[in-house]
Amino acid sequence: MTDKVNIALRVNGKSYAIAVEPRRSLADALREDCGLTGTHLGCEHGVCGACTVLVDGKPVRACLMFAVQVGETEVRTVEGLAKGEVLHPLQKQFWENHGLQCGFCTPGFLMLAAGALEADPDISDDELREVLSSNLCRCTGYQNIIKAVKLAAAEMRK
Amino acid sequence: MSAIGKSLKRLEDKPLLLGQGRFAADYQFDRQLIMRVVRSPVAFGRILSIDAEDARAMPGVVAIWTAADVADIPLIDFRMTRIKGLEPYRQPVLARDYVRYVGEPVALVFAEDVYQAEDAADLVFCDIDEGVVHLDATAPPVEFMPETLPGVLSEPAVITKAYGELDQAFAKASHVVELEVAVGRHTGVPMETRGALAVHDPNTGVLTMYGAAKVPHYNRDAIGRMLGLEKGAIELSEGHVGGGFGIRGELYPEDVLVCAAALRLGRPVKWIEDRREHLLAANHSRDQVHRLRAAVDDRGFVLGLEDEFFTDQGAYVRTHGGTVSDLAAALLPGPYLIPAYRVNGHIRLTNKTPSGTYRAPGRYESTFARERLMDVIAHRLGLDAVEVRRVNLIPEDRMPYDRKIDALGTEVVYDAGKYHDLLDKTLAHVGYDQLRAEAADRRSKGEHVGIGVALFIEKSGLGPRDLVRARLLKDGSIEIITGVASIGQGVETIVAQICAEVLSVEIEQICVVHGQTSRIEVGLGAFASRVTVMTGSAAQIASRALRDKILAAAATLLRKDSAEDLTLVDGMVRLRDSNTTLQLREIADQTPDIIEAEGWFHADHMNYPYGVHVAKVHVDDQTWGVKIERYVVGYEVGRAINPVLVHGQIAGAAVQGIGGALLEEFVYDESGQPLATSFADYLMPTSNETCQIEMFLREDCPSPQNPLGVRGAGEGGLTAVGAAIGAAVDDALQSPGLVDCLPIGPSKLHAMVHQYSRNRD
Repeated sequence: MTDKVNIALRVNGKSYAIAVEPRRSLADALREDCGLTGTHLGCEHGVCGACTVLVDGKPVRACLMFAVQVGETEVRTVEGLAKGEVLHPLQKQFWENHGLQCGFCTPGFLMLAAGALEADPDISDDELREVLSSNLCRCTGYQNIIKAVKLAAAEMRK
Repeated sequence: MSAIGKSLKRLEDKPLLLGQGRFAADYQFDRQLIMRVVRSPVAFGRILSIDAEDARAMPGVVAIWTAADVADIPLIDFRMTRIKGLEPYRQPVLARDYVRYVGEPVALVFAEDVYQAEDAADLVFCDIDEGVVHLDATAPPVEFMPETLPGVLSEPAVITKAYGELDQAFAKASHVVELEVAVGRHTGVPMETRGALAVHDPNTGVLTMYGAAKVPHYNRDAIGRMLGLEKGAIELSEGHVGGGFGIRGELYPEDVLVCAAALRLGRPVKWIEDRREHLLAANHSRDQVHRLRAAVDDRGFVLGLEDEFFTDQGAYVRTHGGTVSDLAAALLPGPYLIPAYRVNGHIRLTNKTPSGTYRAPGRYESTFARERLMDVIAHRLGLDAVEVRRVNLIPEDRMPYDRKIDALGTEVVYDAGKYHDLLDKTLAHVGYDQLRAEAADRRSKGEHVGIGVALFIEKSGLGPRDLVRARLLKDGSIEIITGVASIGQGVETIVAQICAEVLSVEIEQICVVHGQTSRIEVGLGAFASRVTVMTGSAAQIASRALRDKILAAAATLLRKDSAEDLTLVDGMVRLRDSNTTLQLREIADQTPDIIEAEGWFHADHMNYPYGVHVAKVHVDDQTWGVKIERYVVGYEVGRAINPVLVHGQIAGAAVQGIGGALLEEFVYDESGQPLATSFADYLMPTSNETCQIEMFLREDCPSPQNPLGVRGAGEGGLTAVGAAIGAAVDDALQSPGLVDCLPIGPSKLHAMVHQYSRNRD
């Protein structure tokens, strides 16, 4: 378990050649080995969703996955959401609608919503609320998060 | 240009949205060691020995410490509400002689990385002679540490407050109403766990702790004292902070230990708490039992109120001293006249996690107690619950209203208030009569739908002072430096809006520096809904002083004798009746000295925001789940600097209150083992358990106690949630007085309903 293995992690279109113990979580590999600290750890048991990233487009809990499991897949983190200076519609709507307070859960919500909206651009409001209930926020009471994601969905459909 | 009152987008958001936040765990230093805390596996017992030999031999382990290694570090002292007699109950940084709760730090492992530190910590064996655990704060006190502190009992203090002629009130009363209510153990649970990274620079001799929160200046001084550091030898630095809610940023053992370790081991030391540790070790709160006795006349007017309550303070008295009990005792009478009052608040220690404050401390509990009492009075006397409240509310012409008791050492004087007005307006806003009629109609068709109303008084703007410095930088931007802290509530934006209003600049031109003890010598921090009131007022004063200096400097540049003909408009200085203008950048550039000013704001008294909560709930009589169909918060904020941010505070707080009312509870088994140690057991509201929180924000009654007229908004969204939901569930089930404890999860509500009907039979 403690012998390191070499892996190449593809994150946000860039390759990271790193050596990790097989037991190292994807979240720790992203944060510590790739320096991508935008992915946050809130509980490390898969409930809070702050560490949500997209693996081949699907939202996963990076704390419940080992880095060595990722293999040839494409990982996307919050750092890859904006295109240069242009914010992703989700980022823009979170900003405009006060969808964050402390901002700790925000990367997880952004990636969760990005995955959901890419998988189903016409997702209904009820389904969206259901999807967003996967992640915890302790500041906002969720309503501005839900509002922001709905507005971003409308913007992305245009 | 007017910036105050506008819902501007927050200055702090962009880095957070891009994943560029700097939370405690995001800091890295070369050669850093990881600290892992070994915690007590049992709730109470004598420490016989700690065997760390196997752990010491593990790869990557650099050091292991037990109490003997930190014997020179004093107990953690109080920050607030120091009451005589609490001293023996303070917590040591590592358990000495006894362990008193599951999760108490007993040893430390320092290793090269997190995985190694956790591996080694698993091998540290604590041999503890278990004692009899004490878990009921209402039971008679027991000895705190029988062998080492004989005779010291588990009741450190009783907080007593009284005014008026209570005995006469009971003699005159037509009715005496008694009630016992309890609020369970829950707490803030911010999404970022606690964490700290201490770095000692051998060249400067300065120890810096990153990951500071809430009260950096106080913690700097406290850690400095505990470690014997000279002033200037320790600095605290706040990065991004993942939520506060009262509990984060208090001085905990781990904060002191990382600093001690960085000094003694000569390497940066980082500690990041995992979630299990957080639920075991960070302050819990609430956990009060109130026994109320009210003398009431025929109109439902409360002539006198007596309360005996018990706060389960957990294993030690931490930095808040008696704060929670003091506030509960002082604010229990709330917005009502209540001419005579006597309260005994027992601070009791048990073998649970130590307690501190959580958003609306003492008020969530005492509001639940008082408002449930109002509902029971109404029921007993056959009166309308809202009408009983109207009869008891303090009228506007009695303001300011001196309660003749103190809270946190200052007299409770309600600064101003239009309680009847807000109640009437809120009920009109929600369409109260129609709401009740609809609920009754649905009940007649077999549904369990009910409406609950609860009123509250908050307190905000705790002084005694605040300092803000403002400075014009060479590029024409403004730097504001404050000792306040950001816990995610929007400090930068609020302070910038106040400054922008005075200086007539865009908020993007203002940089607010906060939470850095190296940048400003005074700072009281962020708690008790004090930031906008105290720091905001100081920022306004500083900005005005800076404006005067900018105008004076501009007058010199324009060869004017006085600044009277000059104004600041749209980010530049303009000569009245002329097209002559000077950019701020030009003024800064052409003035030899830095133009800077400071503002102090002092306040001897808090102000008292107030509000009305209205809840509409549906109870499923198959699952006994409570669904909130509508929730409205009527709140007097005095003046909203940024309405959207006020809404955000209220909505977030209300949802935390819903968690406390329906879901969240730290439960212990009979041996003191905590049963809620993960998010699978400690349930918080998700987007599925909430509804739209409707805001009815009023600015009808600005506080006369600060130049902005503001009242804090951090807590009032939460204060009356338990009370309003309790009343709504009673109404839904047509069972007056049913809800006498929180939280009411489905199984508990089911049991309560059956008990209630048994009692009625």
